Amino acid sequence: MRTLFKFNGGIHPPGNKERSTQRGIARAPLPAKLVIPFRQHAGEAARPVVRVGDHVLKGQLIGMPDGYFSSAVHASTSGTIAAIAAQPIAHPSGLPDLCATLIPDGREEWIPHAAVDYRNSDPAELRQHLRMCGVVGLGGAVFPSDLKLRPLRGHPNKDIGTLILNGAECEPYITCDDMLMRERAAEIVQGAEMLRFMLEAGEVLIGIEDNKPQAVAAMRQAVADSGLPFEVVVVPTIYPGGSAKQLIRVLTGLEVPSGKLPTEIGVQCFNVATACSVYRALAHGEPLLSRIVTITGNVRRAQNYEVLLGTPVQELVALGEALPDTDRYIMGGPMMGLPLSSTAIPLVKASNCIIAASDKLFPPAPPALPCIRCSRCAQVCPADLQPMDLFWFSQSREFDKAQQFSLFDCIECGACSYVCPSHIPLVQYFQFAKSEIRAREQDQRAADHARERHEFREYRIEREKQEKAERLAAREQAAKQAQPPAASATPADDAQQKIQAAIARAREQAAASRPKNTDNLTAQQQAEIAEIEARRAKAHERAEPAGEVADNHSEGRSQ
Amino acid sequence: MPRFASFSLTNNMSAFFAPFISKPDTVSAIMLRVLLALLPGIALYVWHFGPAILVSIALASLTALGTEALMLKLRDRPVRHFLSDNSALLTGWLLALSIPPLAPWWLVVVGTAFAIAIAKHLYGGLGNNPFNPAMVGYAVLIVSFPAQMTHWIAPHGLGLAELDFLGQLEYIFLGALPPNVTLDAVTMATPLDTLKTRLHLDEPVNQILQMPIYGRLGGQGSEMVSLGFLLGGLYLLAARIVTWHIPVAYLGTLFAAAGIFHLADPAHYAAPLFHWFSGAAMLGAFFILTDPITSPTTPKGKLIFAAGAGLLTYLIRAFGSFPDGVAFATLLMNICVPLITLYTQPPVFGKKGPASGKEKGRP
Ligand code: SF4
Ligand code: SF4
Repeated sequence: MRTLFKFNGGIHPPGNKERSTQRGIARAPLPAKLVIPFRQHAGEAARPVVRVGDHVLKGQLIGMPDGYFSSAVHASTSGTIAAIAAQPIAHPSGLPDLCATLIPDGREEWIPHAAVDYRNSDPAELRQHLRMCGVVGLGGAVFPSDLKLRPLRGHPNKDIGTLILNGAECEPYITCDDMLMRERAAEIVQGAEMLRFMLEAGEVLIGIEDNKPQAVAAMRQAVADSGLPFEVVVVPTIYPGGSAKQLIRVLTGLEVPSGKLPTEIGVQCFNVATACSVYRALAHGEPLLSRIVTITGNVRRAQNYEVLLGTPVQELVALGEALPDTDRYIMGGPMMGLPLSSTAIPLVKASNCIIAASDKLFPPAPPALPCIRCSRCAQVCPADLQPMDLFWFSQSREFDKAQQFSLFDCIECGACSYVCPSHIPLVQYFQFAKSEIRAREQDQRAADHARERHEFREYRIEREKQEKAERLAAREQAAKQAQPPAASATPADDAQQKIQAAIARAREQAAASRPKNTDNLTAQQQAEIAEIEARRAKAHERAEPAGEVADNHSEGRSQ
Repeated sequence: MPRFASFSLTNNMSAFFAPFISKPDTVSAIMLRVLLALLPGIALYVWHFGPAILVSIALASLTALGTEALMLKLRDRPVRHFLSDNSALLTGWLLALSIPPLAPWWLVVVGTAFAIAIAKHLYGGLGNNPFNPAMVGYAVLIVSFPAQMTHWIAPHGLGLAELDFLGQLEYIFLGALPPNVTLDAVTMATPLDTLKTRLHLDEPVNQILQMPIYGRLGGQGSEMVSLGFLLGGLYLLAARIVTWHIPVAYLGTLFAAAGIFHLADPAHYAAPLFHWFSGAAMLGAFFILTDPITSPTTPKGKLIFAAGAGLLTYLIRAFGSFPDGVAFATLLMNICVPLITLYTQPPVFGKKGPASGKEKGRP
C-alpha cells in the first residue's frame, strides 16, 4: 500500500456522476456542419493552411502550429471548407475566434496515416509528430503535450522520477475520463508507456479517485495484461483533488513550488485522455480529431459521446434530450465550468462536459451578504490562501495587496465560493482582479513600447539632422578641396551602431521599469496571459508578439 | 469588468458564473444555530434564577431587531435581507446574558441599542465592526450604570426573599418591589465579586468558598448555567460552526494562569476550575470570542487571540477592579485582531518548506 499525502482544504460536493455512467460511450452521429476553431489549445492559434472551397480529408492538417507555443488543427472528417471566419466560441472573454466551417461529405475518407515506431525514434521527432497531430492536454488546460515532454533547461528528462496519469476527475457531473478508463484502459496504458518512454521517467502512477471503482478495476486489469510495472493508485474523492498540483501532492507528498513546473521537482502529469490520444497518434498515426464529452444535467439521456471536434453543442444537446425547462448550458463542470452564450458554439479539445441547467438543477444562490470573516473559505482553499482577504483587496481594487497575498496562486477552483455562507462570488472577484492586473501590465508594456518607439524616432530625427549637416559639411569640404569624401561610409556605420545602442538601452529601461508581477506566475498563468494578451491585441487590431512565455510549459489543471 | 461584458449581470451572479452549486449554508442558518446552542444555558438560567432572564432576552431581541431595521433604513440597505441574517438577534441575546436580569428594563434596551447602532452600524454594519458589539454594549453599561450592573438575582433558596415572575416583571418595568422586600434581599453580588471583596478582607480562598453562594465548581446555580453554555459550545464544535482553536486556547490559558497562581498561593488564588465555571468564561469561550467578525481568521491567529483573552481575563479577575474580565479581555484583544491576522498568515501552497524552492514565506 502506497502512503498517500494530503493537501489542505478541499470540499465534497455531491458527485452526480452515476447518471451519465449507466450507458457506455456512444459515437455521436456526423453533424451537418463542423466549426473548427484554429485555437483549441493554450498558446498561439494555428495558421490556416486551407482555403475556402478546398476539399479536405479526415485528418488533414488545416491549421499549422504557429510558433513554438502552438499546436496543429485538423479536419475532423472529410468534406469541404465552407468558410474561414471569426465565430463565437466558448471563452470567458466572449470574443469570437477564427474557425473553419467544414461541411462533411459523409464519406469519412481518411488521409493516409501510419504508425510510428516510437521505440526506434528520436525523442525530438516524436515530439514534432505529436505536435503535428495536435495532441494537447485533454484535462482542461489543453497545453500542447509536446512541450510538456521537452526537457527543461537544467532538468534533463532522466531526472523525472515519476510520471503521473491523472484519472482523478474530481469535478462533479463529469464522467468522460471515468468512461474512457473503463472502456479503453489498454490504450491509456500503452499511451502511458509511450509518455514514460519519451520522458525517460522512472515509475508511473495512475491516480484515480475512489468513487470510480469500475475504472480502477479496468485500469488494474489493463496494467496487469500489459505486464508494465505501473501502479494504479486509488486516491480519496475530494474536490479539487484532480488539479495537477494537488494530485502530485497526494501521490508523492511533493509540493510544486509556486510559479515552478512539476518537472522541476522530477514529476510530470498527464491526463488519462491525453495518454489515450498519444497512443492513437503514435500507434495509428491518427491526429486528435475527437474526444469524449459528457452530456448530463437536466437531460433525459445522460451519456458520454465520442464527438468530432467542431461539433456544435446543440448536436450533443439533442442526443441528450434536454428537458423543456432547461434555460442555459454549461461547458465543463458545475465548479469551474463556463456558461455558454449559445449552443451553436463548437465542442473543442477542452470540452469535457456539457451540462444542461435550469433553476431547479442549480438553484440561484441568495443575494450576497457582507463577508462575516468566518474563514470557511480559507479552510477549504487547496492553495492555502485567505480568500476573504483577497476578496477584500479585489473589491477595494487594492490589486498590489492582492498580489502580495498570492492572488496568482489561486487556481480558481471555486471551493471558497462553494462554502461561503454569505454567497459571495469570490472566484469572480479573483478572476476580475487577475484580469485587471494583467491589463495593467499589458498597458505598462504598451507604454514602454511606445516610449521605445518615441525615443527611437527622436534619435532618428536627430541623426537625420546630423547626417544632413555632415553631408553638407562634406559637400562644402569637397567643393573647397575638390577631394573625394572618403569618410562618408564611416558616419553611416556609426549612426547604425548608435541606433542599435539606443534600442538596446530603451529595451533595458523598459525591462527594468516593468513591474515584476509576471515573474512569479506559473506557466499556465503565463499561458493564460499570453492568450488574453493575444485576444486583446486582436480586439484592438494590433499585432504584438507574445513570444516571451514560450519557454515555460505545464498543464496547470486537469480535472 | 471586461470579462463580464458578454453576459447580462443580474442580481444573482450564481446563475452565470461558476461555481453553479453551493453549500446550503447561510449566515442566517449559522447564526440561528448559535442561538439554539445558547438554549441549554438559558434553560438552566431560568431553572436556577427564575424567568427574569427571559424578559431581558425578549427586550434585547426587540431592541436589536428594531435598531437594526432603523439603522439599515438610515443607511439605505435592504432591511428584510439583512434583518433575516439573525446576527442582531445574537448580539442582543449575548448582551442580555451578560448583564443582571433583574434590572430596570431600559438598561438592556440602552445597551443593546448602543451595541447595534454604534458598535455595529457606525462601523459599517455586518462584517465590518472591529469590536464585539455585545461586549461594547456591556462595557458602556458597566461604566455608565455600575450600580444597576451589580444587582444579580440570587439563585433559588439563597436570597433572603424571592420574587415570583410577576414580582420580577413589576420590578423590571415599574421599579416596584413588594412591601417589606428590599432589592438587597433578592439580589447578591456575583461569586466572582464576593471572592474579590472577601479576599480584600484577608479571608483565605477555601474559607470563602465555603459560603452558601458557592457550589461545587463555581457559584451556586451559575456553575450550572456555565455548564449549559459548555454543552451548547460542544454542539457548536460538533456542528463545525466554530473551530476548536478559540475555546481550547482560551480555556487552556485561563486554566494555566489560574493554575500557576493557585499552586503558588492557594490561599489567595482560586483554583482553575473555579475560573472556568464562574462568570462569563464559558459564554466567552464558545459564544463571544468566537464571533468570526471580531476574531482573527487564521488558525494560529485564533490561538494567539484566544490565549491573550484568556490571560487578560485572569489578570482582570485576579488583579483588576472589575468583577469579571471577559468583556474587557475581548475588547482589548479585538484591537489586536488585524495585526494578529497579518502576522499569522499560513504559508501558501508551493511556498512552504525547503522542498518548495527559494520563495519561502510571504512577500
Ligand atoms: S466564507 Fe465568505 S463570509 Fe466566510 S470568510 Fe470567506 S468570504 Fe467571508
Ligand atoms: S478559487 Fe482560489 S481562493 Fe478560492 S479556494 Fe480555489 S484556490 Fe482558493
